[in-house]
Amino acid sequence: MSESYQTRDCDVLVIGAGGAGLRAAIAAAQAGCSTLVVSKSLLGKAHTVMAEGGIAAGLANLDTPDSWEVHFADTMLGGQLINNWRMVDLYSREVIDRVYELERWGGLFDRTDDGLIMQRAFGAHSWKRLCHVGDRTGLELIRTLQDKMVHTAGTEVLMECTLTRLLTHGDRVCGAFGYLRNTGELIVIRAGAVVMASGGWGRMFRFTSNSWEGTGDGAAMAYEAGAELQDMEFVQFHPTGMIWPPGARGILVTEAVRGEGGILRNSEGERFMERYDPVKKDLSSRDVVARSIYKEVQAGRGTPHGGAFLDIASRRSAADIRKRLPSMVDQFEALAGVDISKEPMEVGPTIHYTMGGIRVDPETGASTVPGLYAAGEAAAGLHGANRLGGNSLGDILVFGRRAGEAAAESAKSRGGKPAVSAKQLADAETDVILPLVHDLGEKAENPYVIHRDLQEAMQDDAGIGRSEESLNRALNAIGELTERSQRMRVGGGRVLNPGWHTCRDVLSMLTVSEAIVRCAIARRESRGSQWRFDFPEKDAHLGQVNFVVHRRGGAMKVEERALEPMPDDVVPRLARSRFFDPAALPAHYAGKVPAPDPEAH
Amino acid sequence: MAGAISQPSDAASPRGTGPSSPVDGPPTPESGLTGKSVTLRVFKGQPGGEMGYATHEVPEVTGMVVLDAVHWVQRNRDSDLACRWNCKAGKCGSCSAEVNGHPVLMCKTRIDTLPSGPVTVQPMKSFPLIKDLVTDVSRNYETNKLIPPFTAAPDDGTPWRIQQMDIDRLYEHRRCIECFLCQDVCHVNRTHDLSARFFGPRFFVRVASLEMHPKDILDRRDLLRDAGGLGYCNITKCCTEVCPEDIHITDNAIIPLKERVADAHWDPVQWVVRKLRGSSTKAGEGAADR
Repeated sequence: MSESYQTRDCDVLVIGAGGAGLRAAIAAAQAGCSTLVVSKSLLGKAHTVMAEGGIAAGLANLDTPDSWEVHFADTMLGGQLINNWRMVDLYSREVIDRVYELERWGGLFDRTDDGLIMQRAFGAHSWKRLCHVGDRTGLELIRTLQDKMVHTAGTEVLMECTLTRLLTHGDRVCGAFGYLRNTGELIVIRAGAVVMASGGWGRMFRFTSNSWEGTGDGAAMAYEAGAELQDMEFVQFHPTGMIWPPGARGILVTEAVRGEGGILRNSEGERFMERYDPVKKDLSSRDVVARSIYKEVQAGRGTPHGGAFLDIASRRSAADIRKRLPSMVDQFEALAGVDISKEPMEVGPTIHYTMGGIRVDPETGASTVPGLYAAGEAAAGLHGANRLGGNSLGDILVFGRRAGEAAAESAKSRGGKPAVSAKQLADAETDVILPLVHDLGEKAENPYVIHRDLQEAMQDDAGIGRSEESLNRALNAIGELTERSQRMRVGGGRVLNPGWHTCRDVLSMLTVSEAIVRCAIARRESRGSQWRFDFPEKDAHLGQVNFVVHRRGGAMKVEERALEPMPDDVVPRLARSRFFDPAALPAHYAGKVPAPDPEAH
Repeated sequence: MAGAISQPSDAASPRGTGPSSPVDGPPTPESGLTGKSVTLRVFKGQPGGEMGYATHEVPEVTGMVVLDAVHWVQRNRDSDLACRWNCKAGKCGSCSAEVNGHPVLMCKTRIDTLPSGPVTVQPMKSFPLIKDLVTDVSRNYETNKLIPPFTAAPDDGTPWRIQQMDIDRLYEHRRCIECFLCQDVCHVNRTHDLSARFFGPRFFVRVASLEMHPKDILDRRDLLRDAGGLGYCNITKCCTEVCPEDIHITDNAIIPLKERVADAHWDPVQWVVRKLRGSSTKAGEGAADR
């Protein structure tokens, strides 16, 4: 190590301060561990704050046929049956308790006439299931957890700190290395166990609802430390992002607009979702709605700026709209000059969420590297090929808690201060500092240019519709950009230097982009968010596997891994979904679902 | 691409030796370029170094917000210009700054709503400067730790029944996105520098959301009067004016709290009751007047 650096010690290091990180930190601290939460931004600004619709939980406060079993079935069917069924099982059972727990910690929810928690309809959920407060449920959730965490003994927060590498001792993760954004000082954190709760990645695409933070640092760091990533090909396009004005392009328009009755129309005024999904219509799953909008635009029935009209004005009174969708009213008024209680919105697909991530054990969130856990969007398995709206806020609560508890156990059983090798620290330091000191002359590369070129490659060639040809083009581009990224150079110093910070982000995005593209090439079928023009149908064999990425000999390898099928006594649960179609059941589950009971529903 | 760089003599931090190839390309139908440019005067510098304003001509795009212009400068002219931002949709409260002297969120301030002429962007004045547009807002997080958290009666069974009317009243306070513009504009902080003895509008809103929650059993009135410095507020409503979430901070949080504190300490009837009971204000007592 050529320069001094701060050192921190803790039992459990939580990377990320969104809902999953905060819930994990509360669990770890309650288990008696000193817990350090590291956040790239200020506390309370994480992506959770953007979640609008609500938390899906089978409370059955409005629709009595609902239950955790129906929630299980909807989530499995939405994920095209390649979810980890055990994660879905734990999730649908436990999310109910997590909602009540949040309420007991001071979180607010809208109420029914009886004073119970109100629930709203959402895409591909059989019943009214999303617990919400207005259209700002994510803000409510993060503020409640933030306050709970701050007042839980044993927790500490380090804000505006970027971590660049996981440190290992033997085969085990023992901490992380990074820098403080506001001073540029280097920092080494030694920890008994690490929870990766760093969220997803969307910034490698041009049009995304993700903030600058969504660069995939967590997945990239875990991959580099030897962890397996899974389902990386599945990147969710939210069907409704803003498309005009240009600066607002990609900003999320909540699905709650459709949950509250809004409908999509094309330029001819047709409610086109009736054609694509006659049963669920505008509240079909996100992959289906996004593709439908794309197809309408391709067919020449798009809006002036190349999207669809989203109409709530003709479906609800102005007063209702202002009450139920206040932040949407405000967003369109401020950014687009559109009054959504009078006029339709113009919307189009935007990169929103990543179903893939770090491969984890369903019970504990343990990754394939000892000492490293993952939860929330950074982890894979719960959502399969497509996430249902409302299942991410539940995910972070259920699996944040589980990962926090398991990491605490692991840290306690370890004992003693982990050693950190000087060689690892020296390498980590060199990597971080290089863009500020690299002497390259004419060969220097601008990180913003590399980022822009990556966004173009990913948006155009690995976006909503893909083919072998386009994906190979993207892979070549990533290879070339990775080579150029070795020569990034920025001016300025180390105090709050966005150019320097971008260099780090670009490296993470390149690693994660490569994983997305390699898995998308391997999955030669269309399923959920993966839409292959050259393989438009599902493939029976591929419905029984996940693709896993890991590093072998410095190169990225993709491997097909058989997924654990649902046990025979679980398969019949699928029939509890209102959207269950026996004819669509894959062959390996055929005959395991009894004939439908006409009395059901 | 419009806009020559104006390199003012007062521009701080050298741009260093990094490459400076343009990032944003020529106009396309989707780029929405209006053909005009915006003059952005943006504060640059850090304590102990040179400080001043750098002026940039930024190509104007339809519907452009101030944050878009700052990002354009970062990408194309000065990769070392620091600003905070996250969601760019008015939901996280990160990009607080003072535009033409007014505390605003840069992501919600459209250039076409500002008077013609240069647009001046400065960091929030009431917080210590770190660099360029970024200030040290950590004291807010320290203040929050002083406020006892939401606390329900342990035997209050699940599920709770709460009326929507109560939620609606609390929801206004809970909308706060912690942009700290109210803390910035408040003259108790800004002019009198009393932040060490004054929670400030953001945290009066926070306390109000706890005190008015029908299931919370604590009483934070003494805290408000003493450590909170509630009495310093003389209800000039500057906080309400700058709130990007339109929270009626003064009317719906501060004044009701002032009334509760006055009830606890100055109401003659309550004074007599306390004398007869032989106790001062304590936890739990406040629940009666909710």
